[in-house]
Amino acid sequence: MTASNTRSLPPYALALDMEASKQDGASPLITMPFGNKVQGRPGFLHGGAISGLLEMAAIAAIHTALAKQGDDAPIKQVNVTIDFMRGGKSETTYAAGVITRLGRTMANVSAHAWQDDPGSIIAQAQMHYLISRGKDGQEA
Amino acid sequence: MSDQPPGSIATMPGGGDGFDPKAANEMMGGIGHSGFIGMEYVEHGGNWVELAFDWREDLVADIASGVIASSAVISLLDNAASLSIWTTLGHFRPQVTMDLRLDYLRPSPSGKRVFGRGICYHITHKIGFVRGIAHNGDIDQPLAHASGTFIRIGNMLK
Repeated sequence: MTASNTRSLPPYALALDMEASKQDGASPLITMPFGNKVQGRPGFLHGGAISGLLEMAAIAAIHTALAKQGDDAPIKQVNVTIDFMRGGKSETTYAAGVITRLGRTMANVSAHAWQDDPGSIIAQAQMHYLISRGKDGQEA
Repeated sequence: MSDQPPGSIATMPGGGDGFDPKAANEMMGGIGHSGFIGMEYVEHGGNWVELAFDWREDLVADIASGVIASSAVISLLDNAASLSIWTTLGHFRPQVTMDLRLDYLRPSPSGKRVFGRGICYHITHKIGFVRGIAHNGDIDQPLAHASGTFIRIGNMLK
């Protein structure tokens, strides 16, 4: 696997037809089209699918931030808290991650998801990740 | 876990065994996202429901290790927790997940079936309070713990 923000999405994300688009200098934007595989109650997204999108956005954000430091350290998720604010409608959903702090051993990351209106967030999540850096890893 | 519903809801109308989580999972577990993951009913008690899905190549987070994507565990516990509220109530009421937290204690290894138990420990007029435990067949060897809340909504199509 390459150490960049072109790193491919995991099989689970690909199975749900998620795509990562490279954004210059920013965290990748992850998109998820609406379809049967991500539907919960009829016409709405399943909360688990929204959560998956948020996790992928967070992971992509960390890999991008690490790549900027020239690092390809493996990461391990410790936990996640998801707030669901609006029902996800039957349309494409977008998500992006924000790194609050990238330290030597852990990262505090949040991610938010929206649909047609970027100002109208449907869900957000906070996660903690462990970072297994090599000896040359840099303190953020 | 106790098989008895919490005392606070014991006197609520409809409380008891008027809700069948197995039948409900057959309805909601076979379609959409739940159907994609392949959630199956395992067992239930007075205030809990356990579901499971089989390991599959397209549910993994990493091809090399084959560990299950954490997101699939969220989906499983979300469904199990939701069912646990209706099971505790003894009837269905429209609700949506308000928030959910998962602590990932360890990865779910390649090839292993994933079980998720949702437990409803308190219900109010508007809110269902839940916990969840994910494991690979022995609940004393958990892979994730969850806690969350579901909020009742007036019209589920809104």
